[in-house]
Amino acid sequence: MVKRRLKEHVIDREWCKGCGICVHFCPRHVLELDEQEKAFAARPQDCICCLLCELRCPDLAIEVITEELQTESATKEQTE
Amino acid sequence: MSAGLKFVQGNEACVEAALYAGLQFYAGYPITPSSEIAEHLAVRLPRVGGTFLQLEDEIASICAIIGASLTGCKVMTATSGPGFSLMQEGLGYAIMAEIPCVIVNVMRGGPSTGLPTCPSQGDICQARWGAHGDHAIIALTASTLQDVFEITVHAFNTAETYRTPVILLLDEVVGHMREKLVVPEAGAIATVDRLKTSLKLGMDYHPYLPREDGRLPMSDFGGQHRYNVTGLFHDMWGFPTQEPSMVHGLLRHLVDKIANNADSICRYKEYYLEDAHIVLISYGGSARSALHVVENRRVRGERLGLLELQTIWPFPYSVVESKCANARYIVVVEMNMGQVTRAVKRAVAHPDRVVLANRIDGVFITPTDIRNILRLIQGKGV
Amino acid sequence: MPFKDYLRKRFFPHIWCPGCGHGIVLGCLLRAIEQLAIGKNDVVMVSGIGCSSRICGYVDFHTLHTLHGRALAFATGVKMSVPRLNVIVPMGDGDALAIGGNHFIHAARRNIAMTAIVMNNRTYGMTGGQYSPLSCHGDFATNAPYGNIDHDFDVVELARAAGATFVARSTTFHARQTTEIIRKAIAHPGFAVVEVLSQCPTYYGRKNKQGGAAEMMEWYRDNTTPVGSKAKQQNPTLIERGIFVQDAGKPEYCCEYKKLVERARRGAS
Repeated sequence: MVKRRLKEHVIDREWCKGCGICVHFCPRHVLELDEQEKAFAARPQDCICCLLCELRCPDLAIEVITEELQTESATKEQTE
Repeated sequence: MSAGLKFVQGNEACVEAALYAGLQFYAGYPITPSSEIAEHLAVRLPRVGGTFLQLEDEIASICAIIGASLTGCKVMTATSGPGFSLMQEGLGYAIMAEIPCVIVNVMRGGPSTGLPTCPSQGDICQARWGAHGDHAIIALTASTLQDVFEITVHAFNTAETYRTPVILLLDEVVGHMREKLVVPEAGAIATVDRLKTSLKLGMDYHPYLPREDGRLPMSDFGGQHRYNVTGLFHDMWGFPTQEPSMVHGLLRHLVDKIANNADSICRYKEYYLEDAHIVLISYGGSARSALHVVENRRVRGERLGLLELQTIWPFPYSVVESKCANARYIVVVEMNMGQVTRAVKRAVAHPDRVVLANRIDGVFITPTDIRNILRLIQGKGV
Repeated sequence: MPFKDYLRKRFFPHIWCPGCGHGIVLGCLLRAIEQLAIGKNDVVMVSGIGCSSRICGYVDFHTLHTLHGRALAFATGVKMSVPRLNVIVPMGDGDALAIGGNHFIHAARRNIAMTAIVMNNRTYGMTGGQYSPLSCHGDFATNAPYGNIDHDFDVVELARAAGATFVARSTTFHARQTTEIIRKAIAHPGFAVVEVLSQCPTYYGRKNKQGGAAEMMEWYRDNTTPVGSKAKQQNPTLIERGIFVQDAGKPEYCCEYKKLVERARRGAS
């Protein structure tokens, strides 16, 4: 499997209803709910890009943008 | 079946007409006295590439034809009282979602399982108000096999024109009666095809935005326009709404598209009405006995006439009113406890002159039954 | 096409409660369709009534939101008319197995190629949390204050017995597996049933003291096991998940009808 590196967590604050599923199940405790009960990446540096938060978000509000840990051209292709 | 003279059963005449009108999809559940419609279509539809399905019940049957209609097919189901009761839910859906379909109800005695093999005309009011909520409905009927043919084609044409379910109310006598039928040449009776949208791919198609004439051009499911269909009140894209003006507008549209076109939907036949002192009003099988009485009395010089209704709903109030304007008595001949009589009384200037001649015992109403009522009216005793 | 391009985004955020599992099922379903690279015009989604049925409004396919329990009957009409379409029928547990139970077993019996997804939250959410045919014996509900005395259906066994040729179960916790199963179900040439255990924290979870959405998903994690696992032998109360039936050999209904038409036409000529 190709290794991937996080670019960013894109979280749609309009769509997020603050259920906390992503926070609860994140294996590295990357995510938290803010004072408005919206998810945000508090510790993005710890993200291992498992994508479970994205897959389990019932609001379809999270998108984990990643890039391949490879040559530059391959990285470009993947993110396009 | 080729054009020409046939000797067939009423249910078979209905099948011939449905195929003539372009029926492509039938789903149903066996029930007396409508089953011959399914049996004949099971033979005929596959031969023309159409679909015949027997499903698990009448609920599934009406739902399946609605689904098929959405893909662009002309569709039909057939049933009788108990099955018609089960279909009310789907009927309401087809009204709300404006899906063309034809529902044949070969009426038998009710309520409940009632008299499965006996004639009745007891579902007239159920056809009108069986589905919940305010709505308009089209219900047609016929008394001869030739008329069954023409009215069945009319049912399909009307369903397609107004994008609405049309109920064909036959009765056990008409459904099971055998007599001659002349199947017309293709094209001799005009058939109406689905009005399709001409909007090209990429243009904003509004499935529920009526044209000025009230008609809705349709895009087939599976085609290039994607939209939503729902039984909820909806906007012009088909998405649910509770916005009061849209709810009001849609309900008015559903009722007005039929009410405003009642004249073109209305079919009737008249016999000796010009100078009639006594006007008989009848429909379906009962109209055959009524016509027999009228023709016999005319020979004796009595001024009787018959108005035979072929469109029951929307009720032809103005036709009944004008045809009965000079009548001393109006006798409604039907096989129920006065379901059309009630509407006739609302239509005429003197409701007290409207009399019911009926039978409700599962026996076909005969000329003698009608003559007995006439004797009473004419003061001749029982 | 990114799976979010299948959404009618203008209707988001959706109407489901915070933590409702149905949104996870929606995500899995759309990822499965994305993986199969199916075009929007080639999918008809037919739903009934209930929380689950609102899924139709959110997806940019041909969508048919029908009557309570009747989705499979409408879908049968669509599929028989245009067999090339991918017909997907998301249903709730009451929708599919109480009011729609008869349509469910008969669609399975015919083996008509469509994908039935039972989003099982063991309750009627839309009407306020009443007990459903998939509520367990002893469960509590807004109208089962003294405990539910009904027994629940096992969707997998029911679908198998009724003749479905693809039968699977997953949960919202196992989102990757759910996506994979739905993908296989859509590709399956017959009637496919996928039960997805989907949490209703608002009613079922609250009434049965199962905690919030995350705790309910933990319950799915801890109380399910892959089909055929040793764990099931040791602990029979575990719920198995995975693919139970996958039989591409049984004749499919639309194909059989096509052959029937050919026979009828030969006989007529």
